[in-house]
Amino acid sequence: MLARLKQHLFRWRSDGTAPFRLGQRRIFILPTRAGVLFALALLVMLIGAINYNLALGHALVFLLAGLGLAGMVHTFRNIYGLQISPGRCEPVFAGEIARFPLQLTNDRTTPRVALTLAVEPALTVTAAVNAETSTKTAVLLTANQRGWLPLPRVRLATEFPLGLFNAWSYLQPEMRCLVYPKPAMTPLPLPVATDLTGQQHGEGGQEDFAGFRDRQPADSPRHVAWKASARNIADRPLLIKQFAGGASSELRLHWQDTDAHLDTEQRLSLLTGWVMAADAAGSAYGLSLPGLEVAVASGPAHRLHCLEALALATP
Amino acid sequence: MSTIARLALDRGAPPWLFGSALLATAPHALHQPIWLSLFSGLLLAWAAWLWWRDGRLPGRWLLIALVVLACAGILLEFRTLFGRDAGVGLLVILASMKLLEMKSRRDAMVIVILDYFLLLTHYFFSQSIPTGLWLLLSIWLVTAALIRVSGGAVCRPLPTLRHAGTLLAQALPFMIVLYLLFPRISGPLWGLPQDAHSGKTGLSDTMSPGSISDLVQSGAIAFRVRFDGEPPPRQQLYWRGPVMELFDGRIWRLHPGPTAAERIEALRPPVSYETTLEAHSQRWLLALDAPVTLPADSALNGTLTALSRQSVDQRRRVALSSALSYRFNPDERPPVITRNLALPAGINPRSRALAESWRQRDASPQAIVDQALRLFAGNEFSYTLRPPLLGDNGLDQFLFETRRGFCEHYAAAFVFLMRAAGVPARVVGGYQGGEMNPLDGYLVVRQSDAHAWAEVWMAGRGWVRVDPTSVVAPARLEAGIADALPQGEPLPALIQIRADWLRTLRHRWEAVNNAWNQHILGYDPQRQRELLSRLGLPDADWRRLAFVLATLCALLLAVVTAWTLYHRPRRDPASQLWQRALRHLRRRQVDCAPWETPHALLTRVESTQPLLAPAFRRVVEAYLGARYGEQQHQLDALRQAVKQLP
Repeated sequence: MLARLKQHLFRWRSDGTAPFRLGQRRIFILPTRAGVLFALALLVMLIGAINYNLALGHALVFLLAGLGLAGMVHTFRNIYGLQISPGRCEPVFAGEIARFPLQLTNDRTTPRVALTLAVEPALTVTAAVNAETSTKTAVLLTANQRGWLPLPRVRLATEFPLGLFNAWSYLQPEMRCLVYPKPAMTPLPLPVATDLTGQQHGEGGQEDFAGFRDRQPADSPRHVAWKASARNIADRPLLIKQFAGGASSELRLHWQDTDAHLDTEQRLSLLTGWVMAADAAGSAYGLSLPGLEVAVASGPAHRLHCLEALALATP
Repeated sequence: MSTIARLALDRGAPPWLFGSALLATAPHALHQPIWLSLFSGLLLAWAAWLWWRDGRLPGRWLLIALVVLACAGILLEFRTLFGRDAGVGLLVILASMKLLEMKSRRDAMVIVILDYFLLLTHYFFSQSIPTGLWLLLSIWLVTAALIRVSGGAVCRPLPTLRHAGTLLAQALPFMIVLYLLFPRISGPLWGLPQDAHSGKTGLSDTMSPGSISDLVQSGAIAFRVRFDGEPPPRQQLYWRGPVMELFDGRIWRLHPGPTAAERIEALRPPVSYETTLEAHSQRWLLALDAPVTLPADSALNGTLTALSRQSVDQRRRVALSSALSYRFNPDERPPVITRNLALPAGINPRSRALAESWRQRDASPQAIVDQALRLFAGNEFSYTLRPPLLGDNGLDQFLFETRRGFCEHYAAAFVFLMRAAGVPARVVGGYQGGEMNPLDGYLVVRQSDAHAWAEVWMAGRGWVRVDPTSVVAPARLEAGIADALPQGEPLPALIQIRADWLRTLRHRWEAVNNAWNQHILGYDPQRQRELLSRLGLPDADWRRLAFVLATLCALLLAVVTAWTLYHRPRRDPASQLWQRALRHLRRRQVDCAPWETPHALLTRVESTQPLLAPAFRRVVEAYLGARYGEQQHQLDALRQAVKQLP
């Protein structure tokens, strides 16, 4: 029952891609502390005006009361009818701040000023939308845990124009952000011999043959293992001879290589750190996790692939 | 655009707050001590300078020291911290001081609310039209400052001012409804501080040489009168104030004893009128001689003065009626007679001798009165606001040497002579005459119309008014003080105006002021009852009134909400221009099918109307550019292209 009510009140009815327009049923409004202070001041002023029988004092108090009421309507208007469309989230590492981009569209002929968007009060974002335009903003949220971070209920609020009332609405667009494990910066493990050769690693640089890998366009033709490639020329690209210890050495980042005494998250953090270090060094690397293998490769797409695998790993 | 929200005040906001604090405090400089204005002005300038130089705000201990200093100054100046003037002074200081610790938005809100509060305090001192206008301007700017504070740096000055104006315009209907229907309570809810109504001018309860001629030099309005019928002639307009029976040789005073019953016999039907008294801090209502009917909370004292139960501390409207021809106490009680014959022993021997000689010639009171009036009429007595100073036997000096004086001299000398001759007599203070404002039909009586005359008691006729000034300066009664005095007397410029257009202008201004006083400031519980019964709510109690008020306010709020939230979808200007181009084509027998894209249409036009095609191509390109191109709002090109269609 409560869940259905919540769904009705806060959830986006659509699949989360369509823009959403704030209607009056979703907007709540209450006086702020300044509003309460203002009301108290008005009360004292009214008593003063009665006591001293000040006709214009009465008029002033009543004008200010009317001002408060009109201000309430304007505060409400400042978010009423605002259109919100969700954007695409960029993945972040755990411990960083995730940004959930939203596009705010104002089809009215007056600007909307001083809108605040917040999930956590400490990470409140203000936004303003000019008349008949749209603007991009983002809800900020601290990503604590790796995996999918769904956007919780967002409080869209405003106190404009008088600061005496606070109108707010809760939004919950279907948005999620991928959170990679927090990278732990430790030295890379020694490159291990790949399973293609089964031999021990060597430190002889380019001298020690370590195995084969698929040829990348940047590889020099001198390293092509013509004989090995010829064996299966039909359905494989050319193979490259690999040598241990060099800049282009091949790494295999194994779950088993991490310290077994650590807990899962710490081990994933170590692997993430390794992925980042290997990528920074320009090495080719592969990743093996329980139940999941990522073939050896390099480049930004590969890095993202590995990181996603680590973020969603369930060892 | 978006930024992380900060609660700190942005740099553009403080000037708004300085401005609103200045507006809210500046008018107090007119009446508060100079050091206070200087002190708050310096604080404001300091805050502005710190803002300009981006300096650090002063520390807390310095501020506390300043507050203590200011409180000490106020305590020294006013001898209290809680009176009206002291309270206002404290508020002014606090509002300026708060500017020196303005860091966050919350501080700014506190300042704005303080400013609103300060605006109210101006009404203690003046509720005139200029004050009202000044305060309306101030409210507007303070509200703009409030908008600027809560909107942050994106608010540009002009839209902010416009927004404040819109809000105030929408607040106005609420103000009117509340002003008219909010249950009015009259009178103070509790005791007012001592200085609540200080600084009011008017007649005092004693009379000495010079007291009235000082008052006459003020052009301020004492009261306004509207007669129900034709106003009586000017010579009969004697507005009675305090009646002074005790004389110590120099000063005339009221008799402090208990009030006695009086008997008035109206000889002609009374005239009724409504007086709007300005505050004068005394109890008398300044009724026309002699009052017959009085409002409920007032009564006549033994000397025919209409007294209110409480002093008139605010502008007050009273309905009265008076008999202009009357007989008052023909059989007066002996103590009163004795009191009005008493004279201090040994002073003014020449005057006594003169009076004695009159009595021996003819002892009838009327004859003695006539003798005295003949004396004043004949003997080169002159009427002036600047009489010479008089010594111990002042009246002897006045009657036989200087012979120059104002109405209080003549009234005092006349009463002295009467008493010396054995005729009971006393001095009456009040106002005489007034000026009719032809624009609104109100008779305006000013402090410059202050007057003193005499009253003698004759057996069988009672107390009879005798005005010695009327024989010395007859113009005083017929035309007013400005005509009775010679040129060069220190009268207020306002009442000396002789140019017609200036006089008309003054009448107009005073009529506007009077309308303001009567209809806006004078809206009291009585008027409210009248209005309610006209609205079909006779004797509504406060609960009924509150219900009506709440309903009306809710209705108004609904109207304002609907007005504010109503949003008419605007048609895209580009498609409007496109439609115009299509209408052009239709005149040339080319109809655009609903499914046809602009390009498809263009192709068709090129084949059927080759002459039109180049111009239409430009329209299509401009339209697509305006609607879907990189640079939106490029409507001018489209407008041009549509215009160039043959």
